[in-house]
Amino acid sequence: MDNLLTTENLSVDFETDQGIVHAVRNVSFHLNKGEILGIVGESGSGKSVTMYSIMGLLGDTAHIQCGKMLFDGTDINPCSYQSKKAYSAVMRDLCGSRMAMIFQDPMTFLNPTMKIGKQLCEPILNHTSMTKQQARQRALELMSLVGIPSPETRIDQYPFEFSGGMRQRIIIAIALANNPKLIIADEPTTALDVTIQAQVLDLIKDISKKLQSSVILITHDLGVVASLCDRINIMYGGKIVETGTDKEIFYSPNHPYTKGLLSCICNPEDDSRELKPIPGSPPDLLQPPKGCPFVDRCDEAMKICKLQMPETTVLSPTHLSACWLNELTKRQGE
Amino acid sequence: MTKYIVKRVLFGLVTLFALATITFYLMHAIPGTPFSGEMRQLSDVIRDKLIELYDLDKPYHIRYIKYLKNAVTGNFGTSLHRKGAEVMDIIGKGLPYTASLGAVSFCIAMFVGISLGAVAAFSKKPWINGTVAFIATVGVSVPSFLVALLMMLLFGVKLGWLPMIGLSGWKNFIMPGVALALGPIAMISRLVKSGLQEELRQDYVTLAKSKGTGEVTVVLRHALKNAILPVITYAGPLLATLVTGSFVVETMFTIPGIGAEFVNSVTNRDYTLIMALTIIYGAFIIIANIATDLISAAIDPRVRLK
Repeated sequence: MDNLLTTENLSVDFETDQGIVHAVRNVSFHLNKGEILGIVGESGSGKSVTMYSIMGLLGDTAHIQCGKMLFDGTDINPCSYQSKKAYSAVMRDLCGSRMAMIFQDPMTFLNPTMKIGKQLCEPILNHTSMTKQQARQRALELMSLVGIPSPETRIDQYPFEFSGGMRQRIIIAIALANNPKLIIADEPTTALDVTIQAQVLDLIKDISKKLQSSVILITHDLGVVASLCDRINIMYGGKIVETGTDKEIFYSPNHPYTKGLLSCICNPEDDSRELKPIPGSPPDLLQPPKGCPFVDRCDEAMKICKLQMPETTVLSPTHLSACWLNELTKRQGE
Repeated sequence: MTKYIVKRVLFGLVTLFALATITFYLMHAIPGTPFSGEMRQLSDVIRDKLIELYDLDKPYHIRYIKYLKNAVTGNFGTSLHRKGAEVMDIIGKGLPYTASLGAVSFCIAMFVGISLGAVAAFSKKPWINGTVAFIATVGVSVPSFLVALLMMLLFGVKLGWLPMIGLSGWKNFIMPGVALALGPIAMISRLVKSGLQEELRQDYVTLAKSKGTGEVTVVLRHALKNAILPVITYAGPLLATLVTGSFVVETMFTIPGIGAEFVNSVTNRDYTLIMALTIIYGAFIIIANIATDLISAAIDPRVRLK
């Protein structure tokens, strides 16, 4: 299968008053064409920062180090450009056209003093030679595509006249404006009612099929991932701890953190099983642990877990996990 | 919209009426009469005659009602201090000078203030930020007469570049205009700076960037409009204050405006002039506030006009 996006050895540090936060540490992953990839992890695990650095949306306080970042044949690694200007010129060309992002909070991501129509037309006018009239026509099409009733009247309204779910649909429409090859959805349903969540997820799924786009879905909800994704990356403490297909992650989870996440989901068919929260809190990324980031919360932690970062074990061609337990079982087998 | 404006104007008239009433009674509570001071030498007969002429012997409420009756028809009376001068003529002569100077300093304040604020919001160089912060502090803390004096000394006396008296040509506007604008510049630049920095941190700016919109366009198209709202709220009353003038600056630059009249009329107990100036100033403030609200509503659709 063809790779649409390849990222190798990406690290992102933030300068803060307290010190340097190592938000993403040496992350590598890839995305195949037409695939839906889920990225799961709790708040502060670095999933959003990873995606923002791919889109080039991080501010000046972020320092990105990256071995390789390739999107559809274009080098989007900020480290391979001499000047910031050259990099942003490339990103300006890509963002909103071949790759686009769906954001988390429909209440704050739309400009409150700009009409919906103008906000929808902006990416179209940025990347095509359409006239304003044609762009407006396209905006109306997009609005019906994402299921907004009577777009002709709605297009001249302001965001405050829309409900949360409707605004999220507008944000999706903005992302879809130029039929992007890659859609990055950053917790698109977190701020929505449960009933609207399902609708929005179905919408993203249908449209990505229709446009043959690849999707990266960031979430902390394994339930969302299960219904949608082909492959899943589990992130913890700024690192990808396990990656696999949906079946591999759900039926044969390897990393203790993945197992912990799965035991936090309730199973309606088996109510005898108690939900088991993961005790403790995520590591402080100002001083990231030398060893496995999960060591302090792991039931099966060993001495070496604290001292050294675990190697990545290949469990199957698609299933990778970074845990010392795998090394242990391997050695016991020998 | 029309209904809203009519309603606001009616409320404004009520406010003006209240203002006139309070001022009328307060100014008579000031000790002394128009005929004390240098006119003390008037003979008793003449003084009694004058007092009778201006109804000063009548009870307050009768004079008040008479005053209002005349004022409604546009007759604000004659000055008690200047012989035979209609109050409206005094204001009519002075207001054009004061208002044009006020308009000039308002434009200076808005242009320089917004530019400085925008520069400070974007620059990452500490010395630029420091300079803007310094100007802002100076503008707020140094009184305008000191700035005016220093400018007169430097540009008027030492260098001889700018005229110091009157308002005869465009060059005359520079020094008093800057002296009046300095305080507002400081205020506006700080409002713009903090507003822009605040807006650029907002999520919608990130979304705009993710559309492939360039950084400068994002600021001009998205952030500036939202950041400018607090400036407009400040600018309305500022304009009203500036076009009614300043006692200090007008006196220093010998400008025949109405700014000085505000103070002089009170020291002279020139009752009719005090009343007319207060009502005009009040009317300016009310109009400016209505305009501010209309402009804010035009910019921000969430502001509802009720």
